Amino acid sequence: MVRRIRPTLLGYAPLLTTIAIFFLAYYIGAQMYPAMQNPQAFFNLFINYGSLLLVSIGMTLVIITGGIDLSVGGMIALTTAASAALLKNGASPAVVIPLMLVMGVVIGFTLGSIIHFFKVQAFIVTLMGLFFARGMAYIISLKSVTITNSFYKTLALTQIPIPFVSNAYVYSYALVGPLVLLVAFYLAYFTRFGRTVYAIGNNEQSARLMGLPVGRTKILVYAFSGFCSALAGIVFSISLLAGYGKFASGLELDSIASVVMGGTLLTGGVGNVIGTLFGVLIEGTIISILQYNGTLSSWWTRIGVGVLTLIFIGIQSLFYMRQKHS
Amino acid sequence: MAETQNIIQMKGIAKTFPGVVALEDVDFSLRKGEIHALMGENGAGKSTLIKVLTGVEHPEKGSIELDSKLVQVRSPQHSQELGISTVYQEINLCTNISVAENILLGHEPHRFGSIHWKKMNEQAGQAIKRLGIDIDVTKPLRNYSVAIQQMVAITRALQILSAKVLILDEPTSSLDIHETNLLFDVMRKLKHEGIGIIFITHFLDQVYQVADRITVLRNGKLVGTFETASLPRVELVAKMLGRSLNELDAMARAKYEGKKEQDKKRLVEAQGLGLTKSLDPVDLELNEGEVVGVAGLLGSGRTEMAGLIFGIEAPDNGSLKVHGEKVNRFSPRESLKRGIALCPEDRKAEGVVGDLTIRENIILALQARYGWFKFISPPKQSEIAQKFIQLLGIVTPSPDQLVKNLSGGNQQKVILARWLATSPQVLILDEPTRGIDVGAKAEIQKLVLDLAEEGMSILFISSELEEVMRVSQRVVVLRDRKKVAEYSGDVDDQTIIYCMAGNL
Amino acid sequence: MNKTPLLKRIRESWLFWPLVAWVIILLLNVIFQPEFFKIGIIDDPVYGKHLYGNLVDVFNNGAPLILVSIGMTLVIATGGIDLSVGAVIAISAAMGAVLINPALGNKLISNEILTRNATNTPLPLIILATLAAGVVCGLWNGFLVSRARIQPMVATLILMVGGRGIAQLITNGQIMTIYYTPYFWFGNGYILGLPVSIYIVVAVLILSWILVRKTSIGLFIESVGINAKSSYFSGIDEKNVKLLVYAFCGLCAAIAGLILSSYVHSADGNNNGLDYELDAILAVVMGGTLMSGGRFSLLSSAIGAVVIWTFTLTMYTFGVPANALLAGRAVLVLIVILLYSDQTRQFLTRLTDSKETHRYLNKLMIWKGSRHGTSN
Repeated sequence: MVRRIRPTLLGYAPLLTTIAIFFLAYYIGAQMYPAMQNPQAFFNLFINYGSLLLVSIGMTLVIITGGIDLSVGGMIALTTAASAALLKNGASPAVVIPLMLVMGVVIGFTLGSIIHFFKVQAFIVTLMGLFFARGMAYIISLKSVTITNSFYKTLALTQIPIPFVSNAYVYSYALVGPLVLLVAFYLAYFTRFGRTVYAIGNNEQSARLMGLPVGRTKILVYAFSGFCSALAGIVFSISLLAGYGKFASGLELDSIASVVMGGTLLTGGVGNVIGTLFGVLIEGTIISILQYNGTLSSWWTRIGVGVLTLIFIGIQSLFYMRQKHS
Repeated sequence: MAETQNIIQMKGIAKTFPGVVALEDVDFSLRKGEIHALMGENGAGKSTLIKVLTGVEHPEKGSIELDSKLVQVRSPQHSQELGISTVYQEINLCTNISVAENILLGHEPHRFGSIHWKKMNEQAGQAIKRLGIDIDVTKPLRNYSVAIQQMVAITRALQILSAKVLILDEPTSSLDIHETNLLFDVMRKLKHEGIGIIFITHFLDQVYQVADRITVLRNGKLVGTFETASLPRVELVAKMLGRSLNELDAMARAKYEGKKEQDKKRLVEAQGLGLTKSLDPVDLELNEGEVVGVAGLLGSGRTEMAGLIFGIEAPDNGSLKVHGEKVNRFSPRESLKRGIALCPEDRKAEGVVGDLTIRENIILALQARYGWFKFISPPKQSEIAQKFIQLLGIVTPSPDQLVKNLSGGNQQKVILARWLATSPQVLILDEPTRGIDVGAKAEIQKLVLDLAEEGMSILFISSELEEVMRVSQRVVVLRDRKKVAEYSGDVDDQTIIYCMAGNL
Repeated sequence: MNKTPLLKRIRESWLFWPLVAWVIILLLNVIFQPEFFKIGIIDDPVYGKHLYGNLVDVFNNGAPLILVSIGMTLVIATGGIDLSVGAVIAISAAMGAVLINPALGNKLISNEILTRNATNTPLPLIILATLAAGVVCGLWNGFLVSRARIQPMVATLILMVGGRGIAQLITNGQIMTIYYTPYFWFGNGYILGLPVSIYIVVAVLILSWILVRKTSIGLFIESVGINAKSSYFSGIDEKNVKLLVYAFCGLCAAIAGLILSSYVHSADGNNNGLDYELDAILAVVMGGTLMSGGRFSLLSSAIGAVVIWTFTLTMYTFGVPANALLAGRAVLVLIVILLYSDQTRQFLTRLTDSKETHRYLNKLMIWKGSRHGTSN
C-alpha cells in the first residue's frame, strides 16, 4: 500500500527515441541512395567515425557529472602531431602509443584538478585545454606529417571480416571504439566510480554528504576523457596515416551533439554510453547522406547538427522542467 | 516501559557567535528507545544545539556523554562514526540512482571487483523492510514520493552508520497526513528497536502524536524537559512564548484613536485562499488604516499566507481580490503595482542584495515600480535613503556602505525601509523586528501604528505575541497551516494562547 | 576629513588591475622591442593623412573584441554567458556581404559588379539589416534563457553550433569578397587621423554607459546577478532584464561583425569571429566582473580586451611563430582564471589580513619613514 508515482518516461524513452531516429535516418538514406543498402555502408560508419565514438564515450561520462570537456579536438590533434613527429624520428610504436595515452591521462587529470580545486567552470578550463593542446600541436609542426611506420600501416590496412555478413569488413582500428564502449559501460554500471559519476551529476552536495569520493571521481572522469581523446587521436593517426595540428577541428561540438542526441542531459545525472553510440551513428549517417548527395556542402551538416541538437535539448528541457514541477 | 538509560547526555552546553549568545547552559538528554521532540521558536537555539551534537559547531562550555562515556564530537564525519545520524528537511540523496544505491552506495557489496547488484538489492530490500516499507529498490529514487525518499534517507542512516541516535530535522514539513502517519509508524518501529530519535518540529499535533518527551528552548536557554503525557498543550505554547499561565498580565496597549468604528475601505479580500501542502483555505480581509496581527507558531502557515497575498506563489484554491478586482496574475511585480508590499521573513535569501549599497537596496523596489527609464539619480537615492536611515535608526557611516557588511538587525531595517519607500497601501510585515534590539523594536511598533493612522493597511506577523497584541486591531490565529480563529483587538493573551495550542 | 587617500582609491578602482596588466605588457615591449611603439603619420591615397603604428593597430584591430566584450559584460553580470558571439559575428558579416552582392546559387560575380563598385542595397539599409540580425540572434538567446529557462551555457551553445551554419547558408557556402568601397570605411577609414573603429567603440561605450547608468537598467542587472530571488521579490522584471542583455550582446557582436568584415573586405562563415567568445569572457573576467554575476564595469572590460589584443600583437611582433600563439593564449587564460579564482582571492586576503604581513609592512614603513625623517 505504498504510494508510488508512475515512473516517468525519462526512463527508457530517450534511448529508444535515439535508436528509432537512427533507424529512420538510415532507412531514409538507404532509400535515397541504394549504395547505402550494402551492409558495408553500415560498418563504414564504425570505420569513419571511430574517433568520434571514442571521444564521445569519454565526453558522456564527463557530461553526466554535469561538466563538459571542450579539449577533445585539440587532444586528438596533439596526439596525431606528436605521434607523427616521434615516429618520424624513429621511435617505436610500442613506446609512442603508451606515451600518448599517458599524456592524455595527465592532461585530463590536470584539467580536472584545476576544475575541482580552483572551482573554475569546466567550460573555461577545458576550452583553455583545447587552446593549449592545439597550440602545442602547432608548435610541433604546422604542416601535415606523414606516418610511414610499418606497424601503423599494417593496422591501417588489415581488414577484419565480419562474421555472418558476407563481403563486410572493418579495419582493425574500428574495433577500438566498441571495445572502449564495453569498458565504459562496465565502469558506468558496475563500479562505484561509475555510480558516483551519476550521483555527482544529480546533486553534488548530496553525493558529498553521502560520503562518496566526489573530488577524486570528478578528477578521474576528466582523466578518463583525456585517455579517450588520446586513444581517439591514435586511431585518427592510424586511419589517416598522418599527424596534423589542424585535425579534428570542431570535433568537440560534434561530440557534444552526439552525446546529447544519445539522450544524455547536459545538466548532468542522466545518460548512458549506449545512447552515445547511436548518437554517433546518427551523426555519421547524416554526414554520409550528405556526402552521397554531393551537391550540398558540408555547412548543411553544421546547421543540421545544430538544429537536431536544439530539438533534443529542447525536448530534454521540457521533460526535465515538467518533472521538476510535478 | 522504555528503558530509562540515556544514550545522550548533554550538560551545560554554551555557545556564542559574534554578537549573539546562541546557547546558554543547556542540558539535554535522550533515552534509548525514545522519541524526544525538540521545540522552540526562531533563535531559540534548536539548530545550534543539534550542530553541537553533530560536530558542526564546538561548544565553549559543557559536556556530551554518549552511552555514559564522555565524548568530543570533532566533526560531522565523527558524529556519524559515533552513531549519530541526521536526516534533514532537504533530502540529501541522489534521485537519479536506484533506492538500493541510495541506501548502500559507498558500502556496496562487491564481487570480483565489481558491484554485486543482486546482493545489494537484497540487502537494501531487507533494510527498508525493517522500516515496514515494501518497495522495489531497483527503481530510481525519483519515482517515489518525498515521504518515501525520506524513509530511504532514514534507511541509509541506519544501515550504513548503524546509528543509535537518529535526528529528524523538520521531517514532516512537506508531507501530507498519510505520509506523516507512515513516517510515524516507522519512527515507532525504530523506537521499539531501541533507537533514540530526536524529533525537531513545530507542529503541535504531531508532537502529541508521537513524542515521549518534549524539550523547549527559548532565547538560547532551556525552558524545560517534560513528559508529553503530563504537559497540556496550552502550557507548552505558553512556555514556548515565554509566559507562565499564572502571570498573564493585561498589557498596556496603545490607544488607537481614529477611524475605528467607521466604514473602512476594503483593500484586500481573500476567500478560501490556499495552496496544497502550504496553507489550508483561508478567509481574510485587510482594510484601510487597520493593523491585522497574525499569531501563530513558526510553521503554522503565516509566511505562506503572506506569500500568497503578495503573489510569490499562485494559490490553487480560492480567490484574492485587491481594490475590489480579482487577481489573476500572481507575482511580486504585479502586487507592487497594486500597492502591496511584503517585507519577507528570510531576509538573507529573499531580501538583502548584499553587494549593493544601502541606498541602492532601499530604493530597489521603488525603482522597480518606476521601471527602466524613470531613474532615481544617485543623489536622490541618497536623499531617500537618508530619510529612512534616520527614521529607522540604521547604524552606518554612510548610505554607500554595502549592505552585506551591516549587522543583521540593521539589514532588517534596510529591507523594511525598502518597502516603506514604495508608500504602499497594504504592507505585510513578516517578522519585522527579528534581530532588532529592544529599543528599536518599540520604535518600529510605534511606526506601524503611525502608518496605520495615516491610512496604511498592515498585516503584522510575528512570533512575539506581545508585539502582535500591542499593535493590532484584529488578530488572526493560525495553527498547523490553518486559520483557526479571528478576534478583535480587545481579546486577551490567554485566549490567543489557548487558541494557538488547539484542543486542550 | 574622511576622504580615502587618492592612492587607495586608485588601487581599489576597478580599472587598476587591467591597467597594470596592460602596463606590464607595454613594459615588456619597452625593454625588448621598443620599435613596437613606433607611430608615424602616413598619407594614404584613399583615406588621407592618418596615424599609423602598432599602438593604433591595437585599438583598430582590437575594436571588434572590445565591442563584444562590452556586450558580454552585461550578460555575465546577470549571471549568464553568451557563447554564440563568434557565430553572430559571422552571421552579421554574411548579412552585410550578401546584401551588397547577393551571389545566390552558383552565379559568378559579374565583371560589372567588380568594376562598378556598387551595391544592391543602400548602405544605411545594410547597416540596419546587419544590426537587426544581431539583435534577433540576441533575442533568440534571451528568449531561451529567460522564458524557456534553459541554462545560458546550453542555450547559447545552440546558436554557437548552428550559427555558423546559418552564416554559410546566407552566403551559400562561399567566402564572399566585398568590393563596395564605401563599406570599407568602417574598418579602414580614418577621422581626424584616428581609425573610424575607435570612434565606433567610444560611441558604443558612451551609449552603453548612458543605457546602464542613466537608467535603472544597470542597477537591475547588478541586482539580478547578485541575488536573483531578492530582486524578484522586490518587483524587478528579471525576465526582461535578461532578455535585454542578450539582445544587447547580439547587437554588439553585429557591430563587431560589421567592422571586421569591412576591414578584411570579406565574409567568411567559418573563420569570422573565431574564438572571440573565449577572448571576450577573458576580457570581462580580467576587468573584474565575477563570472557569477553582479557589479560590472564596461570600461574595465574594454581595457581587458585591449590587454588581450596588445598581448597578441606583442607576441606577433616578438616574432613568436604563428603556431605558438595559440598555446600562448592558453597560458594567458590559465594565469587569468587562476589569479581571479576564489581560492586566490581568499589566499591574497588571508595574506594581506594576516598579522604577520601587517607587522612586516609596518616595520618596513617605519624604517622608510625614519629614513626620510617623517612617519606617515
